[in-house]
Amino acid sequence: MKYVDEFRDGDLARRISGRLARAVEPGRRYNFMEFCGGHTHAISRYGVEDLLPDGVHMIHGPGCPVCVLPIGRIDNAIELAGRPEVILCTYADTMRVPASERLSLMKAKARGADIRMVYSAADALKIARQNPQREVVFFAIGFETTTPPTALAIVEADRESLGNFFVFCNHVLTPAAISNILESPQVRDIGTVPLDGFVGPAHVSCVIGSQPYEYFAEEYQKPVVIAGFEPLDVMQAVLMLVRQVNEGRTDVENEFTRAVTPEGNVRAKAIVAEVFELRRSFEWRGLGEVPYSALRIKPRYARFDAEAKYGIAYKSVPDNKACECGAILRGARRPQDCKVFGTVCTPENPIGSCMVSSEGACAAYYTYGRFRDLQSDNRKGAKDAKDREEARDVREQVFVERRAELK
Amino acid sequence: MSPVKKGYIRPVDFRNGRVDMTHGGGGRAMAQLIDELFLAAFDNEWLRQMNDQAVFAVPAACGTNGARMVIATDSHVISPLFFPGGDIGSLSVHGTVNDVAMSGARPLYLAASFILEEGFPLADLKRIVESMARASQEAGVPVVTGDTKVVEQGNGDGVFITTTGVGVVPDGVEVSGSGARAGDKVLVSGTMGDHGVAIMSFRENLEFETSIRSDTAALHGLVAAMIAAVPGIHCLRDPTRGGLAATLNEFARQSGVGIRIHERAVPVRPEVNAACEFLGLDPLYVANEGKLVAVCAAADAARLLAAMKAHPLGADAAIIGEVIEDEHQFVQMETAFGGSRVVDWLSGEQLPRIC
Repeated sequence: MKYVDEFRDGDLARRISGRLARAVEPGRRYNFMEFCGGHTHAISRYGVEDLLPDGVHMIHGPGCPVCVLPIGRIDNAIELAGRPEVILCTYADTMRVPASERLSLMKAKARGADIRMVYSAADALKIARQNPQREVVFFAIGFETTTPPTALAIVEADRESLGNFFVFCNHVLTPAAISNILESPQVRDIGTVPLDGFVGPAHVSCVIGSQPYEYFAEEYQKPVVIAGFEPLDVMQAVLMLVRQVNEGRTDVENEFTRAVTPEGNVRAKAIVAEVFELRRSFEWRGLGEVPYSALRIKPRYARFDAEAKYGIAYKSVPDNKACECGAILRGARRPQDCKVFGTVCTPENPIGSCMVSSEGACAAYYTYGRFRDLQSDNRKGAKDAKDREEARDVREQVFVERRAELK
Repeated sequence: MSPVKKGYIRPVDFRNGRVDMTHGGGGRAMAQLIDELFLAAFDNEWLRQMNDQAVFAVPAACGTNGARMVIATDSHVISPLFFPGGDIGSLSVHGTVNDVAMSGARPLYLAASFILEEGFPLADLKRIVESMARASQEAGVPVVTGDTKVVEQGNGDGVFITTTGVGVVPDGVEVSGSGARAGDKVLVSGTMGDHGVAIMSFRENLEFETSIRSDTAALHGLVAAMIAAVPGIHCLRDPTRGGLAATLNEFARQSGVGIRIHERAVPVRPEVNAACEFLGLDPLYVANEGKLVAVCAAADAARLLAAMKAHPLGADAAIIGEVIEDEHQFVQMETAFGGSRVVDWLSGEQLPRIC
């Protein structure tokens, strides 16, 4: 496949791996966060970690649109889908996110709600045109990459005076989340999350450009290298970060020059500004309420706003007590540190959102990487047995809670 | 029952749960439902083997001393009914012929049941049945009995077809998903993912232009050639729902082994790769309807590969990996990029109603 295979070339990977091994200073640890779930997925799927030197440690960030969606918002969507007049259109990834009362959109669908999986906002618009007697709600989620298509669908619906198309807007902003992580006490004061630099978003940066990152590099003194989603992109970006750290630089560098410019996609940004405005605050799973971190529909397009139309009331719902998604999304813990990981919480029965999307840190680790730990566990023997015992205790506790819930 | 059930420890919720699409996806949810409901309820020595067919001894009273027969059944609910390279009719013949053949058997007869929806055009039904007849003639496996039912409009989706096949197993042939041993080689008969991508390209709201056709085909001729070359083949299975990944995980679980494959060695058409790339699919999980996966002793692998390549349906056959010892029963893959990863069970469903 042209323009793709070139960025997955094993020979080139070995060459960069060699350069990386020579670049790292012996005994020094390099901790880099890849913000995006797309990078997390690429790292796991292609086995990139096998090619990184021992001193380089990747921390998975919160850039997975499904993972950061709080339970309350999924509850809202399920409630909407329960209305007989509504067809709820959603991206496939949100279908299995656990909501309150053991529900998910998938289970709501099995109970009769009319929920359709779509590949884009335009598909939802098409369904609205085909079903004039129904009310079609698009469950809009995602970062700056999925926002312009939602904006476009609203403008299009406005142009056509479509009366049965609505958007439940949950679009969030990358820079706000990065600031939040850098401001968190774990990074800033306590240093429990050692962070030496960021692998910057790929597709998000295509839209917003590389300029917005200048602020982080300067204010927080952390290097940023924007990288594409192919595995060679990631390796090259890590090499660039290692060099910055060695040289004491904190620059914004762009590895993804084939797609990202300093100013980004000006037309996309314009249409987003036309339709959306900042929300004062928005709850993120893992990060909590983050000021000015999400978008809502402007008054000019209010008639397409599902929140206004259906009077959606947001209610914050705490995560399952055993679930570590919050800490994992902040980079404070790894998936395998969570006691329910791989036992109670699996891709089939996710407890937390990180186990749902293929971009989630837990799902990526479970699906592609968990044999690493089991193999090392085999050597550890005794510790393994103790961990298993502990996991069993937690499992039982969760079952007891579930049973209580059912009653 | 399999000794290790890591990964889906939480039991099925029979009190409040509902059937959802993942229960038919060929992934872990389906395996769990089969384990906890069907296997538990019907429990017997044949079902416990968890193959796609059951091999049984013909009762001695029939005077056929030691003869073994095989029975397999398969329902077809594919949407759309007509697709590039085939239709629900030909698919319903190939699907069951293949399930019978994957025990190493020679398929003999088919039975076919039709569930038709009120209002379904008779012209389409005729086209489907004629295609089915053609497929059964070509395979040399006649449809010898059947059943027809009609449901009210809205209670079916055009036509569903269930076929059941019987066959005879040659003496000395012992093929089962539980037969893989550490050191064995893993082979596939051709390119992976053609059927699923062909169906996908025809789906409503997803239409895209492609030259890819479904690979739907009856594989008993290929199997006969393989058995002739290597009578001691350990495992055979057609990787339908859940694709190559599901079949390898089933082998690993049934045999209590691990499997390691090499991404570079797995044949995938560039068009299929490209389509998967933009649809966000992994060709290892996409359904096939005319391909098989085989496991045999390392010493037999070259001979088996040559026999497969000599058959028109095995021209692109390849050795893709080997069986290893692994108490966790992981299927691992050495990526073309140079790293390694797990090739897990399909979780959720990738493409509903693919066969």
